[in-house]
Amino acid sequence: MQESMKYEFSVPTMDFTVAGEASSSIKKVLRQLGIDSGIIRRVAIATYEAEINIAIHSNGGKITCLISPEWVKVIAKDNGPGIENIELAMTKGFSTATSEIRELGFGAGMGLPNMKKCSDDFEITSEVDVFTQLVMTLYL
Amino acid sequence: MKAYWHSVFLHKEKCTGCTNCMHKCPTQAIRVIDGKAKIIEERCIDCGECIKVCPFHAKDAKTDVLSDLANYRYKVALPATSLYGQFPTEYDMNRVMNTFLRLGFDEVFDVSRAADIISAYLNDYVDNAEEERKPLISTYCPAVTRLIQIRYPSLIDNIITIESPSEVAARQARQLVKAKTGLKDEEIGIFLITECPAKVTSIYKPLGLDKSQMTGAVSLKSIYPRMLKLYDSMTGDMVDMQMGSGVGIGWGRVGGQSYAVDIDNYIAVDGIDEVTKVLDKVDLEMLRGVDFIEGYACVTGCCGGPLNVENPFIAKSRIRKQAKKPPIFSDEELKSMCSFENIVWTNKIEPHQILKLDKDFKKAIEKMTKIEALHKSLPGLDCGACGSPTCRSLAEDVVLGRAKFEDCIVRKGAK
Ligand code: SF4
Ligand code: SF4
Repeated sequence: MQESMKYEFSVPTMDFTVAGEASSSIKKVLRQLGIDSGIIRRVAIATYEAEINIAIHSNGGKITCLISPEWVKVIAKDNGPGIENIELAMTKGFSTATSEIRELGFGAGMGLPNMKKCSDDFEITSEVDVFTQLVMTLYL
Repeated sequence: MKAYWHSVFLHKEKCTGCTNCMHKCPTQAIRVIDGKAKIIEERCIDCGECIKVCPFHAKDAKTDVLSDLANYRYKVALPATSLYGQFPTEYDMNRVMNTFLRLGFDEVFDVSRAADIISAYLNDYVDNAEEERKPLISTYCPAVTRLIQIRYPSLIDNIITIESPSEVAARQARQLVKAKTGLKDEEIGIFLITECPAKVTSIYKPLGLDKSQMTGAVSLKSIYPRMLKLYDSMTGDMVDMQMGSGVGIGWGRVGGQSYAVDIDNYIAVDGIDEVTKVLDKVDLEMLRGVDFIEGYACVTGCCGGPLNVENPFIAKSRIRKQAKKPPIFSDEELKSMCSFENIVWTNKIEPHQILKLDKDFKKAIEKMTKIEALHKSLPGLDCGACGSPTCRSLAEDVVLGRAKFEDCIVRKGAK
């Protein structure tokens, strides 16, 4: 008997037409699974921010969502350029977004702190020029 | 009492099973089974999209007819605000309102007047609401409120708990008629003259209160030709009707409520698909800083309602012009006509978790796994020939026992 599920979404760089699709697909699935609406909302926000982050700051990447009876995990992994100073990146208001992206209303620097706020567990690992990976866990 | 009651229904004999309505339904509530469209009751929000799109007029809304008035000793007409968009601007609206008296009503209460009263309160309501509840979402369009119940349970605290103008008008009408005539409740018939199946449903299955003060509803389209005829042929003195000001009339189109509330940070959105996109953003907390959202299932707002007759954009333009009519009363005067307690909901709105696959989480995961596997094996054309709106929904229907895999005309025979 299968007790967990896995969904994967690729997120291309600099393409805002696709950003948001992982979040809304995951939301639909969680709704059908009957998960608490507060948790669904936090997963959706965290996933959305992760998608936007990948689209803005990285060379593209992937969102994986794992669902088990105990937790929902969202893993966002990109193909670089990585984060030099994670502590600084986690500070509210810090953003490396270009002005072009800020004009679109994104990149205010709320991404990482907001994702952390939405998760019960939040892990971030990064290697400069190689990747950044976020693992966000929410317990059901 | 039955769990569901819907005004929207199917004239079976007119339905050809063409699937137009199924593709258009925003909540995927329609399936075509044995060549006939069938509504999944718990999903329908009575938006009337299916009424608008059906080429054979097989979808309609259950409403009352004028002969039903005979069951009451005193009959009141409550014309919806969007009525103002249904007649050319050179028409005298007072004369239009007088046609109701010739159609058998004893009195007319303009819903726009009630919208004026609500507008007077709404400003303070928005100003005084806690920041966490913002953006506040208007509940004027009941189709949107029902959409929130089934799809956005986390937004229930955002919704404005104020009655609809028609309900407020009905309450006032009932009180005044009882005082004037001494008749009993059941002898007084209060009928909404309406453009909207969702509002009709709210008479029988109200949102936010136990019982509506309305008795029933008559669709505008069913009496429109007679109104035109009477308008031309009526002679004698016209009664001076109590009517709404520009602010109240403005409620008949998208943007009217925001104008009435006089705020800057608002979003006025029409068309159920666009409403859904805006609610998605609210759900992602991306619209912090917006104070008020008015969303309408119908394009242009209620003037585009399914039971109206005029083209929605022409109707909207007419309402825009009439909405310039200056205020008749001050806010204080309007408030003195009806207390705040008399316009707020008494009941809490509950979410409807109808999209759940199973009560048991593990079973839900099992079902979801089956759905994903089935979905992969379907062609992905979303052609609808199986009777489900998308390949994904056929996969769901199969797993939930509502359909068979062989219903897919592409895969049938191939396997
Ligand atoms: S009224 Fe709206 S929700 Fe109900 S079946 Fe028709 S299109 Fe679907
Ligand atoms: S927009 Fe108006 S007419 Fe259309 S469904 Fe909503 S309330 Fe009814």
